[in-house]
Amino acid sequence: MKIPGERKGAIAHHGKPLWKRIISCWELYLLLIPGIVLTIIYKYIPMYGVQIAFRDYNPTLGFSGSPWVGLKWFTKFFTNYKSMEMIKNTLLLSLYTILWTFPIPIIFSLLMNQLRFKRFKKLAQTILYAPHFVSIMIVCGMLRIFLSPYGGLITMIASAFGADTSIGLLDQPGNFRSIYIASAIWQDAGWGMIIYMASLSSVDASLHEAAKVDGANTWKRIIHIDLPALVPMIMINLIMSFGNLMNVGFEKAFLLQTDLNTATSEIIATYVYEQGMLKSMYSFSTAVGLFNTAVNILLLIVVNKIAKKTADISFI
Amino acid sequence: MRKNKNKTGSVVRGSDRAMEIGMVIIITIFVLMVLYPLYYVVIASISDPYDVYAGKTFLFPSGFTLEGYARVFKEKAIVTGYLNSILYTVVGTIVATALVVMTAYPLSRKDMPGRKTIMIFFIITMYFTGGLIPTYLVVAKTGLLNSMWALILPGGVSVFNVIVARTYFESSIPQEMYEAAKIDGCGNLKTFVKIVLPLSKPIIAVMVIFAMVAFWNDWFTALIYMNDKDRYPLQLALRQIMIQSQASANALSGMDGGYAEANRITELIKFASMVVGAVPMLIAYPFVQKHFEKGLMVGAVKG
Repeated sequence: MKIPGERKGAIAHHGKPLWKRIISCWELYLLLIPGIVLTIIYKYIPMYGVQIAFRDYNPTLGFSGSPWVGLKWFTKFFTNYKSMEMIKNTLLLSLYTILWTFPIPIIFSLLMNQLRFKRFKKLAQTILYAPHFVSIMIVCGMLRIFLSPYGGLITMIASAFGADTSIGLLDQPGNFRSIYIASAIWQDAGWGMIIYMASLSSVDASLHEAAKVDGANTWKRIIHIDLPALVPMIMINLIMSFGNLMNVGFEKAFLLQTDLNTATSEIIATYVYEQGMLKSMYSFSTAVGLFNTAVNILLLIVVNKIAKKTADISFI
Repeated sequence: MRKNKNKTGSVVRGSDRAMEIGMVIIITIFVLMVLYPLYYVVIASISDPYDVYAGKTFLFPSGFTLEGYARVFKEKAIVTGYLNSILYTVVGTIVATALVVMTAYPLSRKDMPGRKTIMIFFIITMYFTGGLIPTYLVVAKTGLLNSMWALILPGGVSVFNVIVARTYFESSIPQEMYEAAKIDGCGNLKTFVKIVLPLSKPIIAVMVIFAMVAFWNDWFTALIYMNDKDRYPLQLALRQIMIQSQASANALSGMDGGYAEANRITELIKFASMVVGAVPMLIAYPFVQKHFEKGLMVGAVKG
């Protein structure tokens, strides 16, 4: 019992002058220091370093000392005949991924929610979530082996259905997106259900009982009771996916890229890596990356605006 | 209620029954499709590679052999990769979790001036980043290249996890508790250690699990920041074997079948190393499944 006035509770704090309140919280600020320091060094200083996109970076001169070159690197990127292809690849891969992977968890959580066999439900959930824990590296390793022209599992199945397997399936540029998306469904569709399942479990059971009394069958109850309960979560997820349109999963595209499928597998992120890390074109790579971030932020703002107008949900 | 349901006519119940069976069938098919590739990898890893080529291992192993596993554990890259990954995961998880909790707790205290500003300071980093190269240059400048800390520190504080943890602190630790602690002469730090942490075990468990999976499965950070192959984590060792098809001379030594035999061994090692790489997480995960669901829900509430 240091200060008797404290007894009054939270209101008492606001009665005190700001500096006194700050001092009384010094331990809290102490706890924040490591996180803030790391964030400044490894997040904010690199943001400051983005200016090398407009400079010709020279390690000895540093971020702000390197000679200014204006839009040279951006011009170089946009005059490259491959740049439009890369932008197209990035957008299409992202869009198709959303279109295909988005509805499946919703459909399956609606079906799963109606099941009354608890044991079966639990087992199915455990199995469906499992691939999420397999690393992307192993998933891509599996894909490479399954798609190998020499006795690969998928190759064998596909050729039984009459597909052309004279060239490896992964080496055919036309297959890249399908492979990417199918494996995304395999790995994360189950995982995506979790959030919907949880929303469904909060639906009032008496609604279903009442609907049953009124003669509604399972199908009707799914459409009229369960689905509306999911709408807010669906909207949130949809907005988040579109807000991240340009940040399509780099890791899988990179690991599934072969010399022969770059026509569809070369996306902006893989190009940024190649130019920056492999060819050490620091400034050029930063410029391409900055373009990607800028487009993405623009998309985020647009999507956020639309969402605010139509559904009154906002993120920024 | 039960009686009521039974009275509502057999027509509805009949069609419901049919629908339920239909749903069980659809879900079963999907579950099998998810399970089969994993199962296939396991049976292929203990089968004769020639039989795998010939498509004889669709349902059961053929030409049983454990040679793949014997070779994998002789593979230096896998063994050092395993040890490295364990080290990185343990240290990384401890540091990352401590950082998240230390950051989230003050931000959950409504009586701390500047709370909103500091939150915005963190949230900005979710949308704006310096990008690959500027971050790389800063990491290099701070002397972390080729060190374990390059995998841990630049990731800094996971803002998403901070939001999840903060939401938990706000909703499950009543603000009156802080008042009571103050009256008892407990400073903020003491309150944190003695009261808040013990009450927050569930959310700390969630953070630990999130961090563990992320560190164990990470490879890209190591690819950028690690030059020394002896420091590669398991995932990069797997990359050499599975994606770049390099089995080390060590693993291939002591055999005399020439090219075809080398190929056979390489394939065998690929399957076995996938199993070895995926097993730790797949075994651990059913035990922590509940925590994962909880963590995602707490996070989703605040989006």
